[in-house]
Amino acid sequence: MTRINSAAELEELRQGILSKKDPDKPSIAICAGLSCLGLGNGTIISAFKEEINKQSLESKIDIVTTGCHGFCEKGPIVVINPEEICYLEVKPEDVPEIISQTVIEKKVIDRLVYTDPNSGEKATHMAEIPFYKNQMRVLLGNNSKINPKCIDDYLMIGGYSALAKALFEMSPVQVLEEVKIANLRGRGGGGFPAGRKWETTRNAPNEEKYVIVNAHEGEPGAYMDRALFQANPHSVLEGLIIGAYAIGSHQGFIYTRHDTPELRKNLDIALAQAEEYGLLGENILGSGFNFKVEVHFDVGIFVSGESSALMRSIEGKAPEPKPKYIRTSVNGIWDRPSNLNNVETWANVPQIISKGSEWYNSIGTDRSKGTKLISLSGHVCNSTIVEVPMGTSLKEIVYDFGGGIPNGKRLKAIHLGGPMGGTIPESLIDNPLDFDVLAKLGASMGAGDILVMDEGTCLVELARYFIDFLSGESCGKCVPCREGIRQMQNILTNMTKGKGREGDIELMEELAEVMGAAALCSLGRSVQNPLLSMLRYFRDEFEAHVKEKRCPAHSCKEAAIEGV
Amino acid sequence: MSEIILQIDGKEVTASEGMTVLEAAQQAGITIPTLCHHEKLDPYGGCRFCTVEAEVRGWTNFVAACLYPVANNLVVKTRSEKLNRIRKMILELLLAHAPDAFDLQDLAKEYGAKKDRFEKEASFCIHCGLCVRYCAEVKKKNAITFVDKGKTREISFIPEIASKECWSCKECFPLCPTEALQAAYVLVQALAFPSLESTPAE
Amino acid sequence: MNNDRINGIFNKYQGQAGSLIRVMMEIQEEEHWLSREILVKISEKLEVPLSRVLRIATYYKSFSVTPKGRHEIQICTGTACHIRGAQSVLDTVQDLIGIKPGETDLDQKFSLETVNCQGSCTCGPMIKIDQVTQSRLSSAQIADLLKKYD
Ligand SMILES: Cc1cc2nc3c(=O)[nH]c(=O)nc-3n(C[C@H](O)[C@H](O)[C@H](O)COP(=O)(O)O)c2cc1C
Ligand code: SF4
Ligand code: FES
Repeated sequence: MTRINSAAELEELRQGILSKKDPDKPSIAICAGLSCLGLGNGTIISAFKEEINKQSLESKIDIVTTGCHGFCEKGPIVVINPEEICYLEVKPEDVPEIISQTVIEKKVIDRLVYTDPNSGEKATHMAEIPFYKNQMRVLLGNNSKINPKCIDDYLMIGGYSALAKALFEMSPVQVLEEVKIANLRGRGGGGFPAGRKWETTRNAPNEEKYVIVNAHEGEPGAYMDRALFQANPHSVLEGLIIGAYAIGSHQGFIYTRHDTPELRKNLDIALAQAEEYGLLGENILGSGFNFKVEVHFDVGIFVSGESSALMRSIEGKAPEPKPKYIRTSVNGIWDRPSNLNNVETWANVPQIISKGSEWYNSIGTDRSKGTKLISLSGHVCNSTIVEVPMGTSLKEIVYDFGGGIPNGKRLKAIHLGGPMGGTIPESLIDNPLDFDVLAKLGASMGAGDILVMDEGTCLVELARYFIDFLSGESCGKCVPCREGIRQMQNILTNMTKGKGREGDIELMEELAEVMGAAALCSLGRSVQNPLLSMLRYFRDEFEAHVKEKRCPAHSCKEAAIEGV
Repeated sequence: MSEIILQIDGKEVTASEGMTVLEAAQQAGITIPTLCHHEKLDPYGGCRFCTVEAEVRGWTNFVAACLYPVANNLVVKTRSEKLNRIRKMILELLLAHAPDAFDLQDLAKEYGAKKDRFEKEASFCIHCGLCVRYCAEVKKKNAITFVDKGKTREISFIPEIASKECWSCKECFPLCPTEALQAAYVLVQALAFPSLESTPAE
Repeated sequence: MNNDRINGIFNKYQGQAGSLIRVMMEIQEEEHWLSREILVKISEKLEVPLSRVLRIATYYKSFSVTPKGRHEIQICTGTACHIRGAQSVLDTVQDLIGIKPGETDLDQKFSLETVNCQGSCTCGPMIKIDQVTQSRLSSAQIADLLKKYD
């Protein structure tokens, strides 16, 4: 690889890659996302390699292992290009047939394509499957086209042209303004306007400033950040470099989980390749702008996703939060101005810069713009990642993309935002995906994780589960959070065992008030939100546990609880 | 240092930049109750007993006075019904650990906090961190530290250091607000049974 | 203990207090646990107080200050797996090998731990043995699977 020294050279390189690529050469894209890995795609990949070897087709067919294609429930997923024929639930036995029939003879194997469960209609191409057709895959769309370990693939689809545009056609302030006008809001949970945060860090007096990717993804049930980052690391990196340019930072940090080896590998390769091309380091693309990136790891605690805790962890200290009286955008890592954004937030930036804020503003609702990645899990037919425009109704997400509730059961409620989010009953799922609407309902967008619950789910049990989770994932420094969680855990555990006492619900409400106001960081100030939302919509269920020792969902099995 | 004028409980108070609300209040003779604060140590913000209402540009926030920096036009309330509820609850949560601590008992009377609101917890420690912070900040020995996190966070002596430093010092013992002299107890444990703390035989 | 590898890690980060977590992570991955001896050494080499090293070692779930078994069983208790029956997977495994999460059996064959969402919610309830993901197993399948390890 040779260094790229100007925007023109970048274009030249891109054209070179495109011209070398034979558009008719068959290639097999195999999803190596985390779910497909779990569903055994390793054997599929080796089966393809073996078969190609056996037929001596190495030079005629490419195998590309890509990141997550979504639609994980139907994995392992294999896409045959250039025709974009999409096969679902592929087994090693299918491989020889796929090679001889589809790749060579160009015939579609009927049994492997998508069949609509209702109409029985088949869909051969990815773009025709309703699951994909109805999404708006701005950030995920390229996942099945690129090998995340190959920067040339990213360049081929136009990668780093937004960076070139920013560096050579726009001033840092213009970039900042564009992001502000686009109304990009943070995807990590808070929904804070990214442009305004950037501006604070840009204007902070210290010369040394930092930009950070929050790829901690600690919410149980949220897995879109890992899927996106692993499948298309350069899209996030490009956003980060553009942001650094706008903010005036020359040092970036990526904070991610240590327990996802595939992601770590892809990330290391992406950084090394970007550096070799001169997209990172000194004098990027010959523009005179310098920027380096360091990777840091979370080694397993939820609270380290919180901004001040995360920054202390990068400093090599125990990630204990600092109170928000001094903002991290001004006083962050080593007390220097530090701008933190979520993976998905950063990935939106190149899109905004290349397509413009006007385009971005045309997607979404009044105050929530763009698309949102959603990870669906729980009692839903497709546990999957989807990308939909903001404003899509929750109902569409659960039924059209999620495929509804399995086993003929009825939907009871959905929970958004994990242990700091909230539950919404079935009766309200016509509401749109929108930061402010969800907040009014007592839920929150969170990271975009939606947990679907059927009628057999007990909310007292779910509340207990979240508190249980948090009891080991907070730092334990301040009294309201540490002791509040401890007592709530006792109370909720008792309730699920039929030992709830009169007054317990009110006591938890008192605790919630104190935690919400007096805890040190937003973990302790938000952990009571799930409980409060459940009490708002399902109070009778809690009362049944306390007063009648009864679990209306027939879920709590302890002897003292009556199933009825 | 520039002068800052703020309001605490309706009274105009003058402070200098960099001061906390707690310091400004003390200077003006207004008492804000604290548990984990100590003059010789950096502000910590762990007990949240010093929580006050701070109004900035029409927004009321609940903040820890021991950490919150003074600012011009800040309006602080140190007493309100909600603040009383917060302090009462904090006391009740801590009394579950240290029901007989004198400091807590006095405050419990003032705020009407009940001892038995929650069941007695096994550990006496209320995590004020005075011993840990004193050893690190004043003595600079780091012989005692917090270990673990969340609900299971505890204080622990480090035998390698404690066996050399602690017997001749013991200055952290009287800092402990609980009747159990928690630090003394944990120290004896650590030194008497170092095997519990250190590596099991390989 | 693989001294060369460990020394290699120390040489890379000598005196860099900011790399504390990184160093501990690399050693944990190498050794599967952090012995007292190693913790003391980390404190010396990186010039950070032992108290901070200990604190971090006990703070993060992935660090272990006791030795691990030859095979690591991880059971996801993330929300999605929880809803899909992670508890019964956990109960099954506990019954079969007789240890609780965070423990290692006496023969040092298995260590058991619960982990947070692994991003494979589709596979839930998910169990990982020595980093290999197994999805949606029944109790009988789990029993068969565990027999394969020694
Ligand atoms: C306890 C806690 C955990 C958090 N975990 C994450 C996380 O895993 N990923 C994330 O992006 N943001 C997380 N956040 C939010 C971050 O603190 C921060 O607001 C966010 O990364 C900012 O990026 P954004 O503005 O682009 O959303 C967490 C917050 C709290 C209080
Ligand atoms: S609120 Fe919880 S996580 Fe945050 S500082 Fe307090 S104890 Fe730690
Ligand atoms: S005195 Fe302020 S938090 Fe303890």
